[in-house]
Amino acid sequence: MINRADQVFVLLQHWLAGFAPAVVQPLVLMLFIIVGLMTVFGNCFALTTIMERKILGRMQNRLGPNRVGPFGLLQPMADGLKMIIKEDIVPDSADKVLHFLAPLALTVPVWLAFSVLPFGRNMSALQLDAGILFFFAIGSSSELAVFMAGWSSQNKYSLVGAMRAVAQMISYEVPLVLATIPILMAASSLSLPDIVQAQSGYVLGCIPHWFVFTPWGLAGFALFMIAATAESNRCPFDLPEGESELIAGFLTEYSGFKYALFFLGEYLGLFAVTGLAVTLFLGGWHAPASWLEWIPSWCWFAVKFGALIFLFIWVRATLPRLRMDQLMNFAWKFLVPLALVNLFVALAWWLSGAWHSPAGLGLRWLLGAGLLAVPYVWLGRGLRHGESGLRQYSYAE
Amino acid sequence: MNPLLSHYLVLSALLFSVGFAGAVTRRSAIIALIGLELMLNAANLNFIAFWRYGSNPQALTGVMFVLFSIAMAAAEAAVGLALVISIYRQRKTIRLDNLDSLKG
Amino acid sequence: MLNEITFYLTAIWTLVFAIAAMSLRQMVHCALSAAAAFAGLALIYLELNAPFVGFAQLLVYVGAIAILIVFAVLLTRGDEVGPNRSQASPSWLAGLAVALLVLGAIALPILSSPSLQKVAPPVATAPVKRIGEELMTRYVLPLETVGVLLTAAMIGAVVIALREESEKPAGQGTSLLSFNGGRTQRPATPETAAHPETEEAVTLP
Repeated sequence: MINRADQVFVLLQHWLAGFAPAVVQPLVLMLFIIVGLMTVFGNCFALTTIMERKILGRMQNRLGPNRVGPFGLLQPMADGLKMIIKEDIVPDSADKVLHFLAPLALTVPVWLAFSVLPFGRNMSALQLDAGILFFFAIGSSSELAVFMAGWSSQNKYSLVGAMRAVAQMISYEVPLVLATIPILMAASSLSLPDIVQAQSGYVLGCIPHWFVFTPWGLAGFALFMIAATAESNRCPFDLPEGESELIAGFLTEYSGFKYALFFLGEYLGLFAVTGLAVTLFLGGWHAPASWLEWIPSWCWFAVKFGALIFLFIWVRATLPRLRMDQLMNFAWKFLVPLALVNLFVALAWWLSGAWHSPAGLGLRWLLGAGLLAVPYVWLGRGLRHGESGLRQYSYAE
Repeated sequence: MNPLLSHYLVLSALLFSVGFAGAVTRRSAIIALIGLELMLNAANLNFIAFWRYGSNPQALTGVMFVLFSIAMAAAEAAVGLALVISIYRQRKTIRLDNLDSLKG
Repeated sequence: MLNEITFYLTAIWTLVFAIAAMSLRQMVHCALSAAAAFAGLALIYLELNAPFVGFAQLLVYVGAIAILIVFAVLLTRGDEVGPNRSQASPSWLAGLAVALLVLGAIALPILSSPSLQKVAPPVATAPVKRIGEELMTRYVLPLETVGVLLTAAMIGAVVIALREESEKPAGQGTSLLSFNGGRTQRPATPETAAHPETEEAVTLP
């Protein structure tokens, strides 16, 4: 009974495919997965837009949208209708072909990224040998679409916004990938279902074996989340599309459905990278305690996913925007050295793998945290002064 | 009928000659660099095709060669484009016709 | 049958974008067509059972080299050819003829050689674990050398493209990335040197 609840989607998929003739069965299996993914993540997108506005509102001591539907929950319908019926304005001097293709070039690769994530036991669409490499390759393909959008608008502000966005995205790809290297070393595989499998079991009987409960995993998780925020152009890294800075950055000349596609692409990118963070660091679809394993695996994935999305929205409500030079200095002079030190911490953890007792575990944590704390403090002090540091205000007396 | 080895090799030859034509014909230094990258890619395709259709795919020779070739192409593109930017700063032009101060 | 169709589709995609990359007038269009050609090649590698190489091609060529080319195009504008003049050098016909000769010299022996008309052996896989093992045992020297080469290339590219302090900035306007929050270290003119306290107050946000 519990096993059937856990595998309900796989059983449903095979039951539906049984109706098709044998020659097209692989296609029907894939079609079921594609339709399922698009439905689930499309609805997730709609839900996230309204939840973000409500949560941001509550954190800013006001109500979010609450007119359309109970508690404003039908607001995405109103937003979608508005986007669809808006007039599609294309500037006269814009490059028509590139202007049309840019939203597509952004959104289509992001859907591909969902195909390697394991959403539950036996529930990943593609079991690739090099799954993580596929994910990062797809992620880096979407940067050209941002450039296409900014350049084809033939607008100074769009171009500046696009170049800033591309510079930000390529800079933060480096800590993103470096933070996942210790995971690949610990799991000895690039395949995402294998990485989830390597996080099964419990240490000392009660702490799950998730990679976030190791010093290098915790630091890696922090690095990954910061780099993921920057990759998705979210606050505090949303200078390229900040409304008060550059009108709308590279999205300035887009209206109506194309703007909705960009919006969709950005949020889907956020979902994909959150799903990857859950898979790599938070144990994927594993339950946190052995007596909770009766809850289906995809439920646990959804819970962790929702918690991370809430964390992103919380950070957006809390932190102010970083300036462009502060952003670049932060990536290259702080995150990349810390990610490299993280590799050594992972090495220290692996070399001390024989210390199983609680005291040994404490000593391993102390060693890892000590190795990380020194560069953290040193680099932090280095960035504190100079142009990207704290401003010295002088007031009239 | 599955594609034969010769199909992949002819595709590689076509890509190589397109890259060659562009690198030799166009005036801009950056387009010449793009042509160079196309030629390198054509050679990589050759290696992978011979690895796949060859007699000893377990040795992974073709795959390893292509991985190193991709890394080298990245390094070369970075330095080449940095040179182009530096030349532009000095001479305000990247047209290969105008960069002829070594001509006798 | 399916293999034939996928081969022809990816081959035509790659060739069309490669020819477009070499013949379009606008440089940004050339750069983007080249990126599409590289992506088509990545698909061909996937067809040839080399997924690691295909994803590495996407990551490096489309995700890094294409963006490098685009940045270089944008940083070297102001030198575009006018709409009436040709964008090819005067001896373009000779270049095209030589390219056709090269094509003939490579393709004709391929098509006439019987040993190359073979079908694929049934199984060829490149598992990532095997690639890792080979890199660490048989190819460890090239691996370390490529590491040194990439480091040298990175440092070299930064040094070559670095704008020196004594150099006047190029006539492009302000750089797209430099923004120093109002803390420009202006050269000390006689007025500001005489009033250092106003210098401080002027740099308020």
